[in-house]
Amino acid sequence: MAEIADDGGGHKKGGKKRAKKQSTKIDMTPMVDLGFLLLTFFVLTSTFSKPKSMEISFPAPPPPDQKPPEVKNGLSIILSKDHKIFYYKGQFNPEGNKEGKPATQLEETNFSSEGLHKILLEMNSYAHDEIAKLEVKVKNKQLADSTFKRLAMEAKGDKRSLTALIKTDDKATYKDVIDVVDELNVCMVGKYVIIDMSAPEYALLTEKIK
Amino acid sequence: MSKKPSKGGAPSLDMTPMVDLAFLLVTFFMLTASFRMAEPVVVDPPASHAEKTLPENTVLVSIDNNGRAFFGVANAEAKVATLLKMSDKYKVKFSAEEVKKFGGMSSFGVDIKDLPKYIDATEAERMKFQPQKGVPNDSLKNPQLRDWILYAAQETNGVYIRERDKAKAAGKDFVGEKPRYAIKADANAKYIYVKDVIKTFTDMKIYRFNLITSLEGGGSKPAEPGKNKN
Repeated sequence: MAEIADDGGGHKKGGKKRAKKQSTKIDMTPMVDLGFLLLTFFVLTSTFSKPKSMEISFPAPPPPDQKPPEVKNGLSIILSKDHKIFYYKGQFNPEGNKEGKPATQLEETNFSSEGLHKILLEMNSYAHDEIAKLEVKVKNKQLADSTFKRLAMEAKGDKRSLTALIKTDDKATYKDVIDVVDELNVCMVGKYVIIDMSAPEYALLTEKIK
Repeated sequence: MSKKPSKGGAPSLDMTPMVDLAFLLVTFFMLTASFRMAEPVVVDPPASHAEKTLPENTVLVSIDNNGRAFFGVANAEAKVATLLKMSDKYKVKFSAEEVKKFGGMSSFGVDIKDLPKYIDATEAERMKFQPQKGVPNDSLKNPQLRDWILYAAQETNGVYIRERDKAKAAGKDFVGEKPRYAIKADANAKYIYVKDVIKTFTDMKIYRFNLITSLEGGGSKPAEPGKNKN
């Protein structure tokens, strides 16, 4: 019997003594309640991920008398309504040239992995392959990280890698532009710019989406 | 021989570890939480694979899907100084209390003439504030956005340089970051609206931006399968 009494069971024997002993315990329930309330509040209100951002530079406006630069390995991507993407390769040439090259035609593509992604990888194979080689070297510890960054930049800026021009009409959404820029980043295209469309290009586009 | 009768007392768990953990988490979240000020408008940025986190020290222009521009400065000191300069230029008076309140506000999208009223409103009222047409950005008649950006750029750079020099004079390492220009546009906003804002920046010879995006895969991405037919 004495043992059980020590355990603080429900016996009423020697009640006065035990009552004193119990009073040292504090009821923690309200504190715990409050603790969990605060916990829930902070979990729900805290923002876990800081917003991500994409760094991008826009070109300074060229002097008015300057001709648009000749682009060798170029791809013009034209965005329009309903998330449509058109593109043409190389220089814009609406009439075709004397050597019998056909006039520029707009091709349609999409954001799938078989669409724009494939075209970009094909046209930018030089930079893509170079960077893949460099990445292997970094993995094998043959190359320092900083050197890798510099060489990757050089590969992207090389003449053989792709230059992309992004042009939009007035119905394209911001999302399309970001999607294209994102795709360019994924495909290691280092040279790209968002510029205005020329009037003949716009005419060709309106013809196409009619 | 003398086993304790288990049915005697109420079954009680030792809650101490749980409570310890709960308070540990509370402390953690309290210390890490950074409170986001309520934005006057919902801007849902498009997703991308970009992994760079947005710098803290920014001059931000948000564009909602109707093309309204909202303007905000992260640094409170620079923000207040910008307001004072704008107040001078546009001859709109702000009381000392309004100026102070403005320092703690998030971005806003009202004409400067309505700004005193907007500042005086409570946070809940601001969401419904009329007319909230965005900061006017008419390069010829009413170039308020340009002026906001211009003064904010001067002020944030000023604050940055002053703090850097102060740290240098005290012989301490300077940890502040250079001010950046951020654009947060809604995914469904037409690109021409964004282009207008970017033109406002490039006219002032500011060419580098941080375009705010959300992380790919995080948000819902509707209409993706629809795009793939073709």
